[in-house]
Amino acid sequence: MKNIVGNKINAIVESITPVTESIKRFKFIPEDGGEMPVFAGGAHIVVEMPDGDIIRRNPYSLMGNIDDRSSYSISVLQVKEGRGGSNYMHNNVKEGDKLTISYPVNLFALGWKAHKHLLIAGGIGITPIISQAQTLMQRMLPFEMHYIARSEEKAAYLNELSQLYGKRFHFHVRNKNSRWSVDPLLLNQPVGTHVYACGPEKLMNNVVDTCTQAGWDKSTVHIERFLAPASGKPYTIELKESQKHITVRKNQSMLEAIEQAGVNPPYLCRGGACGQCETQVVSFSGTLSHHDHFLSDEEKASGKKIMPCVSRVEGDNPHIVLER
Amino acid sequence: MYAVNLEPHTPVKKGSVFEFPFDVDEHYVSEMKDRALVLDEDPLRCQSLPHMEAAGWDTLELIMESKAAAYPEHFSLSKDGDKWRWINRPMGIDDTFIFGNTSTLPYGPMEYITRQAQGDFAVLDQRDGNLWMDAGIVTTQADWSLDFDIGMNFFEWHAPVPLAHELGIFKRALKFLLNVQHGKPARRLNWTMTINPRLDTSPENYHKWGKDRLTVTPENVGEKVYLRVELQTFWRLPRSNGLLFPIRCYLISMEELSSIPKWGCRLHRVLGSLPQELRDYKGLTSYIDDTVAWLSKFDQGQETSPGTFPD
Repeated sequence: MKNIVGNKINAIVESITPVTESIKRFKFIPEDGGEMPVFAGGAHIVVEMPDGDIIRRNPYSLMGNIDDRSSYSISVLQVKEGRGGSNYMHNNVKEGDKLTISYPVNLFALGWKAHKHLLIAGGIGITPIISQAQTLMQRMLPFEMHYIARSEEKAAYLNELSQLYGKRFHFHVRNKNSRWSVDPLLLNQPVGTHVYACGPEKLMNNVVDTCTQAGWDKSTVHIERFLAPASGKPYTIELKESQKHITVRKNQSMLEAIEQAGVNPPYLCRGGACGQCETQVVSFSGTLSHHDHFLSDEEKASGKKIMPCVSRVEGDNPHIVLER
Repeated sequence: MYAVNLEPHTPVKKGSVFEFPFDVDEHYVSEMKDRALVLDEDPLRCQSLPHMEAAGWDTLELIMESKAAAYPEHFSLSKDGDKWRWINRPMGIDDTFIFGNTSTLPYGPMEYITRQAQGDFAVLDQRDGNLWMDAGIVTTQADWSLDFDIGMNFFEWHAPVPLAHELGIFKRALKFLLNVQHGKPARRLNWTMTINPRLDTSPENYHKWGKDRLTVTPENVGEKVYLRVELQTFWRLPRSNGLLFPIRCYLISMEELSSIPKWGCRLHRVLGSLPQELRDYKGLTSYIDDTVAWLSKFDQGQETSPGTFPD
């Protein structure tokens, strides 16, 4: 019954494959040899990385073959100056290692009422778009895929995608010398099109702004934002309900510090998008540094709510008391 | 008045209705025959809007995998790539089909599997931060209509429920449901009452069963009046990102219910303290007083043990 009801999956890293200079693909198989739970285009898993005395939990989009229940695959871009999750995956994880992963969660699901699906990926944002294209192919639904990267060399899976999707697939180089714009594409879509975008903030904001100005209905614009938690100076937290006093380190998120203290708030995206870990602020000193896309501007200004997965406390004597 | 009685849908007690994800009991074959009869008379009890096909395959996959694992003596599922063979021994079914290809099944995937599964099923599309009643099979319902509700969102199909909107219950419930995750189904119990052991108490057939409410007398409460409990479960469907909402109905007469002293006592207190709005909404108005009087002999003011199971 594991595929139907369960909490976490004990997985073995079956293989690690270099894809580009800075991207590696990790293939996980279930430790018990059974099947992985079903997933579909847009889904992600959270990978737990025991890094010293803390557990990092990073979300990664599932790619792999959606019909092959024997394994899951993710692609990880190494961000050398990042907080450490992708460096841990690239430097510490070896074939044969055991890792705990979550069940698939889908915050970037396809809209089944769309007449046409327009997939737009920038850089490593290609990973959820790959599984969405697979799902659309399998269900024989009309779609078009656009992949934007700085160069052909940096574009993971370029040849594979071009071969698989032929005329449906379009590649665009965008760098200092070549400024491809997404606007003409968006402005020439038939009514009933749903757009799905994953990539750098700038690209996604561009898609949202252009669609809004062009009068697209909000429900037809799907954005997958995975922000990395911000780093910053250490500060202290008091958890009122659990009566704990903890310190958030430089490269740690508030959520990770709370988890390290043995308190487990609910979470899904760990990237400031889904709202699941929303926490009430009792009081604070310093300033709240909100990095999420979930709370409204008014809520952020009120100082009453915070998304501990990405946001921090900064300024003088930074300290926060949370209702947890 | 209203209890937020949601809990994880995990196995509780061997032999109970909570033992397996989808309970199959001794009424299985007869309930499936009853469903087929209702559908023959009224095909609109089963509907699926065109965009719900992926969710239909999700439903089929979930129920087949669950039943084959829980009841291997009754159900088997074998897969050779996308070629699946499904054996349902109690119903004498042995079918081979291509998963994902509707033309290889005698019905659409949702209708095919739910003609073999006890309880009603609503299949909800999740979009725009809401849930939409876009498919389902509903033949054993407590006075609501799929044909009326099809295409409605969560607030629209719950519009007739009294008091709960004002209390913000549906907003909280929706927030919870939108976040139900794959691997972590949830459940709750709902209840009403029915006269005679009739599964199909639909608005479409109100003329057949509504008048039964007037047949209750102080003498026949024990055999005529039934408690109707719905085991509602909530499942994230991984292919479509929809939500499956099975509503499984169990009926028990006052006579049989009161053979468990704890139950007779508890129901007396619940019915006795029910607000007028809920008496009316649940359709109990004409016979609730007789029923409370009949149950009073089981309530001596004693304390009852926690939980729903008999002592």
